[in-house]
Amino acid sequence: MNNYDKYEAVIGLEVHIQLLTKSKMYSADSAEYGGLPNTHVSAISLGHPGTLPKVNKRAIEFAVKLGLAVNAAIREENQFARKNYFYADLPKGYQITQDKTPICNGGFIAIKNEDGSEKKINITRIHMEEDAGKSLHDQDPFDSLIDLNRAGVPLLEMVSEPEIKNANEAYAYLTEVRKLVRYLDICDGNMEEGSMRCDANISVMLKGSNTFGKKVEVKNMNSIRNVQRAIDFEIKRQIEAVEAGEEIPVETRSFDAVNGLTFSLRSKENANDYRYFPEPDLQPVIVSEAYIKTVKADLPALPHELYKHYTSTLGLSAYDAGNLTDLKGIALYFNELITHTTNHKAAANWVMGAVKSYLNENALSIEQFNLKPNRIAELIAIIDEGKISNTVASQKVFPAMLEQPGKSPLKIAEELNLIQESNSDALQDLVNQAIAKYPEKVSEYKNGKVNLVALFMGEVMKLSKGKADPKLASQLVKETLDKS
Amino acid sequence: MYSFRDINSLQTDLRSGSISCTQLVNELLAEIEKKKQLNIFLEVFQHSALSKAKEVDEKLKAGTAGKLAGLVIALKDNICYKDHKVSASSKILENFTSLYSSTVVERLLAQDAIIIGRCNCDEFAMGSSNENSAFGNVLNPLNEKTVTGGSSGGSAAAVAAGLCHAAFGSDTGGSIRQPASFCGVVGFKPTYGRVSRWGLIAYASSFDQIGPLTKSVDDAALLMEVIAGADEQDGTVSSKPVPSYSSEINKFSAKPRIAYLKDCIESEGLDPEIKANINTTIEKLRKSGYTVEAVDFPYLDFLVPTYYVLTTAEASSNLSRFDGVHYGYRSKNGTDLESTYKKSRSEGFGKEVKRRIMLGTFVLSAGYYDAYYSKAQKVRQLLRAKTLEILQNYDLVLTPSTPGTAFEFGKNSADPIKMYLEDIFTVQANIVGVPAISIPAGVHSNGLPYGLQLMARPFEEAYLLGFSKQLEKLIPC
Repeated sequence: MNNYDKYEAVIGLEVHIQLLTKSKMYSADSAEYGGLPNTHVSAISLGHPGTLPKVNKRAIEFAVKLGLAVNAAIREENQFARKNYFYADLPKGYQITQDKTPICNGGFIAIKNEDGSEKKINITRIHMEEDAGKSLHDQDPFDSLIDLNRAGVPLLEMVSEPEIKNANEAYAYLTEVRKLVRYLDICDGNMEEGSMRCDANISVMLKGSNTFGKKVEVKNMNSIRNVQRAIDFEIKRQIEAVEAGEEIPVETRSFDAVNGLTFSLRSKENANDYRYFPEPDLQPVIVSEAYIKTVKADLPALPHELYKHYTSTLGLSAYDAGNLTDLKGIALYFNELITHTTNHKAAANWVMGAVKSYLNENALSIEQFNLKPNRIAELIAIIDEGKISNTVASQKVFPAMLEQPGKSPLKIAEELNLIQESNSDALQDLVNQAIAKYPEKVSEYKNGKVNLVALFMGEVMKLSKGKADPKLASQLVKETLDKS
Repeated sequence: MYSFRDINSLQTDLRSGSISCTQLVNELLAEIEKKKQLNIFLEVFQHSALSKAKEVDEKLKAGTAGKLAGLVIALKDNICYKDHKVSASSKILENFTSLYSSTVVERLLAQDAIIIGRCNCDEFAMGSSNENSAFGNVLNPLNEKTVTGGSSGGSAAAVAAGLCHAAFGSDTGGSIRQPASFCGVVGFKPTYGRVSRWGLIAYASSFDQIGPLTKSVDDAALLMEVIAGADEQDGTVSSKPVPSYSSEINKFSAKPRIAYLKDCIESEGLDPEIKANINTTIEKLRKSGYTVEAVDFPYLDFLVPTYYVLTTAEASSNLSRFDGVHYGYRSKNGTDLESTYKKSRSEGFGKEVKRRIMLGTFVLSAGYYDAYYSKAQKVRQLLRAKTLEILQNYDLVLTPSTPGTAFEFGKNSADPIKMYLEDIFTVQANIVGVPAISIPAGVHSNGLPYGLQLMARPFEEAYLLGFSKQLEKLIPC
């Protein structure tokens, strides 16, 4: 056993989810990303004296959605609290957040381990808060500049229990969270742009120990991959420090993506005292049982539910189900498709194959795809009816459908003269012609070279201009050869 | 010069054409100039007042003027008025211009009131003598050697000196009623949540209310009717409908059961003349057929400490935004962000404000939170319950407004505790959130006025104002 294997890591993740509301958490100012600096700011975002916050109801709805999606308990009476600290991009000198009464408690995110087994990562809490503005230090040679467009944009902070054991689990957890917020349409999940942010609390301890090591918080990881890298680095660093007999300081570290390492930002020993207290400018928000019911009724199908449906009811493989549920749009497309066909496997293959490759090649999203699911179902139907082969369908008919999305695949196949020959009399003629063409090959076949069937098949296909039903043709070729 | 009696007679005079708004404003501008030494106004809004006067004169001719047509109003310097300066009498906001109007100002202007200027006050409404203004003391127009009270000292003095028809102040622990008492005017503090705080520079959010200072209870009722009620901008305002106070008070015919707090009347600090006067008033009321009974309120000593723990806690957070970074005063001596904060705030805030920010920061700090902030919250609940219990058995509670009359400058400055005790009778209404009024009750042998205070159940403004009008008649002074 090497030194690293003696230890286990304890990881908890705090995910900040920036909500896709039109307006800010406590004001009517636009919450849209981008925009020229300081254009989405009224007296409220600027923290001017005499202004008061007003809770964005849509943000409450989004919080309830996420809570329901992770099976959390939703709190009825929601108080807000002030977190007091001075920072240049925090115009009020405090952040309005939730302290003792987060809107959601409990719940879990299920992740899949590499071996396919499922693990539940429990959620401690989800609470509502507002984002800060941005300090820009590289725009002016002398001064730092402040952009308050983001100040007040609604956030949900989701805190996991420290149940994540390694970087791969963290990766899987964040992937699930991102998938979930995108399914719920509450956040675009874009870590690169910072609309989803993650802080990791990491410590190491000897395996089997029940005393946690000193906790280090790592920030500034702008992709799920970087969270994974930062955790790997941090676990190694901490184990090496412990092994070397060093004390791990409780601190906040930042991830340097270029060099793949973390470095100390500040110590937490003399951390800010945030002096939380109930926000006196806001009445508690009451989330009633009836309201929760209406939100629940509007909840879209969630990825894990679809996954379960695809694997157990539709009999798809775990791989297919995972692939189809990765993106909400694809899953929705597939869902509609299977209302038009019962050949679920073919439906899955078409979506994962031809449809996805077309989208990838043309850098399109499924929402931009002009072919309606019922057309794909029609295509599957004529294949299943033996009117065209799979090969013809994907190489000829599907591309033509993309050109003429309004036309049925049957019509397209007819127009292109692709309906395959499944009339056995007509086909028999072609088979006879093919066999007559190569008499010496017939004797070779008779002498045991059975794979020469392929040669005759090729000839039949050529003669039929590709329209011969291959199954029937191959059957006829064999029968005819055996008889001759 | 036009002699203002009340809003109703002003309306009659304006509509009969015996005076115009422009004349009124010009006369008052001259009067303000004449009494400049009182240091009541920090700024006179000459231009916008005159242009509003002209507009209202035209509306009067056209018969479209609102119910406050031509009423000339002064604002405490912590109430925002779009495109006008507002400084909370603090150096840290000197020359700050508001981007928007408070709800109260919008509603006043919508009824064609004319806003003539902003009045001096204690810095960030923290004080009981107006001696904490960064822009100098306000002299009491009734005796220039004495204070006006505070924190809405300028507003009370402006009404008393006849420099406007009515004024608005804010009341966090007595800041309307105490100066009203010292200046011999009516001061009204609404129920918490009756009037929008949108555009009021916050001192302590769960205590602050804007209210009128007027010559009469009638005027207070009409102004309350205009400013009260639900507001999209302030979630702490009640959506309860607003009665027509001005007509309600004329219909008042109830015989309220009145409680007076024995502990207040017997408190050591109470001036003997004021005590005698209140006893006389009680007798008069009884003779007029009212039930007036003494009740115990053994929590008097808890009021001021509870008030100071909670208000300073909220203030320490509310005043964080004045940091020298975004607007307002910025020290030129800062070398980095941290020192800019420290120097801007040290140089920009006055002594009392700093004292309260430090006290509030302390009571919210880890390790002290439970002993101070949490405990004070619990005491607040207790005080609320006990006061409302009295108000279940009685319709009104009667107390003196202040322990004494206006005092001389500097008399209480050395001892903040003594100054804080000025609020002993008034803080209760803010802690509990009930409406309260101070009406002139008499004139002391030292020549200075003093008031008496009435408190009522939450949202019973109509009742409180209605009875106050009766009392006004009963104790002419």
